[in-house]
Formats: sequence, C-alpha cells, structure tokens
Amino acid sequence: MVSLSSYLILSAILFSIGVVGFLLRRNTIVIFMSIELMLNAANLAFVAFSRFLNSMDGQVIVVFVMSVAAAEAAVGLAIIMAMYRTQKTVNADEMNLMKW
Amino acid sequence: MLETALFVILAVFTVVTAILVIVQRNPVSSAIFLILTFFSLAGIYLLLHAEFIAAVQVIVYAGAIMVLFLFVIMLLNLEKEKRLVARNRLMKGVGIFLGVALLIQIGMVFQHVILEGAKGKFPPEKVAALGNTQVVAQLLFTDFLLPFEITSVLLLVAIIGAIVLAKREI
Repeated sequence: MVSLSSYLILSAILFSIGVVGFLLRRNTIVIFMSIELMLNAANLAFVAFSRFLNSMDGQVIVVFVMSVAAAEAAVGLAIIMAMYRTQKTVNADEMNLMKW
Repeated sequence: MLETALFVILAVFTVVTAILVIVQRNPVSSAIFLILTFFSLAGIYLLLHAEFIAAVQVIVYAGAIMVLFLFVIMLLNLEKEKRLVARNRLMKGVGIFLGVALLIQIGMVFQHVILEGAKGKFPPEKVAALGNTQVVAQLLFTDFLLPFEITSVLLLVAIIGAIVLAKREI
C-alpha cells in the first residue's frame, strides 16, 4: 500500500519542476508547458486526498481544473500567436511592449 | 507489493520526463516529453482508483491540449533556441534556488502536519460497487451543478477570446 505522503511528495516534486521551468525558460510556449506541469501536480494532490479521505469531491474538482487548463491553453496560445505576429519572437525577454 | 513497484516505476518516469520537458532546447521535444509525463500521471491515477480521471487525462490533456501546443509550435515555425535559459547568470541561480526552496518548504509542511481529516462518505469499496464514473457524474450533476454550469460559460468565453485574439482583422 503506497502512503498518502508519497503521492504528495511526488506532487511537490512535479510542482517544483514546473516552477523552475517557469522561472528559467525564456520560450513562452515552454513556460506554458511548465504551467501545465504545475496544474497536473495540483491535480495529483487532489486525487490522492480524495482517495485517502474517502471523498469523491477531489476528483470532481480535478475535472474543473482540467477545463480551466484547457481554456487557459487556448487563450494563452492565441496570445502567443498574436504576439509572434507583431514581434516575430516568442522569447519572453524580448517582449517589452508594455514595459515602462 | 505490485502496487508499490508500479508506483515507484511510474513516479520515477514522471519526474524524469518532467525534468526533460524543461531542459529540452527544441519546443517540439518538450511537448513530446510532456505528453509522456501526462501518460504516466494517468497510470498513477489508475493506481489511485480514479479511472475516470485517468481516461480524461489521456483524452483531454495528452489528446486535446498537447495537440493544440504542437499545432501552435508548427504554425510559428520556431527554430531551436540558441540559449536554453536566461542570459543573466544571476537570474538562473535565483530561479533554481527558488525552486529548491519551494520544494524544501512543501517537504517541511508534510513533516509537521498530520495528514488526517474527516472521512467522507465514499470509501473505496462503495466507489468500486457503484462505479467510479457514475459517482463522479452523480456529484457533478447534483452537488457541483453550479460550478459545472459556470465552467461551460468559461469555455464559451475562452472560445470567443481565442478567436478574437488569433484573428488578423476583426
């Protein structure tokens, strides 16, 4: 029997990898993938708690998280495409139109 | 015993592919490794007896969302990045430091907090008897009906927003 804390530690490791990727990478698409990693880490924690606390609410919330992630990916990638059209780059360092 | 072995294999595979996602220079390889991460996470959901979530993970994440990513990467026709990370070495150090600090913080929380709570009304035997998908659907259309409807509005907003943003001339 795998304990709850091992699932939570895996979730924490995945979340930290997502954070490091978000902070280090300069390609906006890879930054988006890091956000997806973090969302998945949260989902894993939800499902693990739902299993070990005998409650199904966690799994229902995971369905909502997934739909929010889908909406976020659609809008975010549309923004990246609009950005690429005007700036000819997806590098986060070179996106400075709104910089003071 | 088998469960533990499967968990260790899937967990190691998940972490390795997740690290490969953020160290690949080519965004297409990153996307492929992210798909592998999602598949092994679906396996972990199966270990947790969340069959519906595992199926949705494969269909929605590995299917729909990652196809969207790959499609955008192809449309933009990106070349390989010359530099993997930021030019500034200080930024690099700060990024890795913050990630490790966050991991240690979460680990300390797990050590000091008792991970117990009030038990819900769905023990594993009951869920197995009723069927995982049936239980999720029942909750979704009774207790969580309002959030469910709001999600549909959110998706509508996302569709309109994506079209407006991606169109050249409105």
